[in-house]
Amino acid sequence: MAASCVRTVGSFLGKCGNCSSSLNTVTSQLSRQVLSRQICVSTALKKNLAAGGPEKFTVEFIQKQVEEFDIGKRHLANMMGEDPENFTQEDIDRSIAYLFPSGLFEKKARPLMKHPEEIFPKQRAVQWGADGRPFHFLFYTGKQSYYSLMHKLYSKILNIEKHQDRMRAKGLFSQDTKEISLDTSRWLTKEELEVLLVETISSNNYDRFIQLMERLLSMPYCNMEEEFVLHYRRPLEARSKKQMVPVPERDDKGVAFSTSDGRRKTSNSSVVLRDCGSGRITVNGQEYLHYFPVLQDREQLMFPLQFMGLLGRFDLQCTVSGGGRSSQAGALRLAISRALLSFLSEGEQETMRQAGLLTPDPRVRERKKPGQEGARRKFTWKKR
Amino acid sequence: MLHLFYSSSSFDFPLSLSVETLHVDPKLTSASASFQACQSEKHLGQFYTLPSAHFRPLFPHGLPYRYQQQVKTFNEACFMVRPPALEVISYLKKADYSKPALRYLFYGVKGSGKTMSLCHAVHFCYTQGWVVLHIPDAHLWVKNCKELLPSSYNSARFDQPLQATTWLRNFRTTNEHLLSQIKTKRRYVWTKRESTDEGRPLGELVNQGISRVKSSSDVVGALMKDLRLQSSQPGADFRLVVAVDGVNALWGRSTIKKENKSVDLEELTLIHNLKKLMKNDWTGGAIITTLSQTGSLYTPKSAYLPQELLGETGFDSMDPFIPVSVPNYSEKEFESAYLYYLDRKWLQHPQSRTEDGKKELSFLSSKNPSMLDRICGFL
Repeated sequence: MAASCVRTVGSFLGKCGNCSSSLNTVTSQLSRQVLSRQICVSTALKKNLAAGGPEKFTVEFIQKQVEEFDIGKRHLANMMGEDPENFTQEDIDRSIAYLFPSGLFEKKARPLMKHPEEIFPKQRAVQWGADGRPFHFLFYTGKQSYYSLMHKLYSKILNIEKHQDRMRAKGLFSQDTKEISLDTSRWLTKEELEVLLVETISSNNYDRFIQLMERLLSMPYCNMEEEFVLHYRRPLEARSKKQMVPVPERDDKGVAFSTSDGRRKTSNSSVVLRDCGSGRITVNGQEYLHYFPVLQDREQLMFPLQFMGLLGRFDLQCTVSGGGRSSQAGALRLAISRALLSFLSEGEQETMRQAGLLTPDPRVRERKKPGQEGARRKFTWKKR
Repeated sequence: MLHLFYSSSSFDFPLSLSVETLHVDPKLTSASASFQACQSEKHLGQFYTLPSAHFRPLFPHGLPYRYQQQVKTFNEACFMVRPPALEVISYLKKADYSKPALRYLFYGVKGSGKTMSLCHAVHFCYTQGWVVLHIPDAHLWVKNCKELLPSSYNSARFDQPLQATTWLRNFRTTNEHLLSQIKTKRRYVWTKRESTDEGRPLGELVNQGISRVKSSSDVVGALMKDLRLQSSQPGADFRLVVAVDGVNALWGRSTIKKENKSVDLEELTLIHNLKKLMKNDWTGGAIITTLSQTGSLYTPKSAYLPQELLGETGFDSMDPFIPVSVPNYSEKEFESAYLYYLDRKWLQHPQSRTEDGKKELSFLSSKNPSMLDRICGFL
């Protein structure tokens, strides 16, 4: 049955590198082997598949997967009517999402087609030759790549010291050489280092590695090894975001205005705040008294302006959609506070932030769980 | 006593209450003279108090409920002088009463002061000595009717005895001094035994309607016809003002059901007679009306323009009319109202007395009179 599954999938897409299909192929291979040997092998010598640990993929297998992936990529490009030569991974993702639309919430459970390098975990090739003798000299340490890395690092340090001595001998020693810019990056985490080295290391090992790196960087002529160091650093994401203040523009009558958006629960709102001098408010083209008959909503809208004492100065033109009465009011309040930022000084912006006017409210409706009546409410408990 | 509350014309208010009052001789004639004096445009935005002698008879019905409660609380009835009412009053002063009656229509968003403007104009007419035919809310006649009798006059139509008697009672209270002077012009036969002869004072007609509940709607119809005929005559010594609040009810739909069949508006005597009055085929008076969305049936909440609320038929029958829009408070009027509440010590909250508090109130109520009243109610 596994074999027939494989055949249908294969005929469908020309064997794209799908994990499930690969699994099927592996099991089908094993089952074929078992089937073909069934006459000779007794039950006692049957392989215990679980004792092998995680599945081991041979190099040939991986290569075959890569070929299949490339062929599948070309087929996919043909199907989507695009150029097979310039078909990038993004195009592949887009096409798969189009051909196999999935409603699953977990993104990792959706159909995917990626290069086998990314799907199959990196495994080390066999470390010893036919005579059983290991290739690497540090094999018997157990963590050969880690220790080889440490050795390499130390040899670089020695190199730099030798260079320093030479410069000192020539009399050209100077402290102020070009520094490696380390501001925009961070060291690899332990997990990332493990992935790089394809072996597990302990936290002590990791600390030692970082210490050695720091020692390298403390030396004056470390810019010789800049490339090597940067290989082991990752760029930091966008730094602590300063609030993007909307720029006030001037419209044709010379009135300064600023636009901003706000969101709360499921409502989206957008506000244009004009510096006219009247206190008129329009929501979705209607009078704001008519759109928000409840006092509470109007108070929510009033709060940012009243807090800064700028009530009668601005003219608001709001659009809001989605959600209910209260969440629309909350979304508008956030949008007004954001639009107001551009008309305020730094200190006033800070007070607004402290008042909590600029924080988007993260509360969203909690999901109902099975076995309960609501998100938190359980069914009535009956003793018997 | 006639008090005039002044709001200062510029926007820089002293926070302490600067309220000046003018005391005037309380006699009716001089009061009416000074009342006329304060109806000019100089007094826009200011409040004037109704003398209690006028208040009781004139408004047994017809004022908004919240306003009645306010009158009871403050022990006085104050009206604000606003442009729409002033406009209508100026037209009333200048109108030619030998021509067909002019129709005025107040329209505006909910709570902007239409009924109050109507009452203001009615009070003016009352001081001039006109006969006031004030129907407080035409919507009350087309919904929630408990009793419906087939009409004695015309069997196709239906009577509403309860509403008719209440209205007649109020009419009597309003126009007591004039009813004895006006005489009927025709003979009305109610039943085999009862009839009202020609030349009897109208007061008798009204009493007849109040005592004989069954024929009250017909009395109303007769009254309306009589008054209309009489005011049209050139030798008439009185003028008639017909004030209807919620006139769009006359051309809308009704929710009264007779044996599970909805009653058509034409089949109601009261509505039929009122519609005849609305036609401007009579002279010597004026018709002042308001639109009202709040009591109306089957109209969307956002409708406030005459065309939307009156409908095709209504608009055609009311055409030509003078529409008067009643907007929300202007800055000056808002400040005046705010000062009035302060003066009456209605605003107790300490922050409401500050400048910021005033701005907050203006924002929250968006200068709508009824909203302001509601918000100040709990401050």
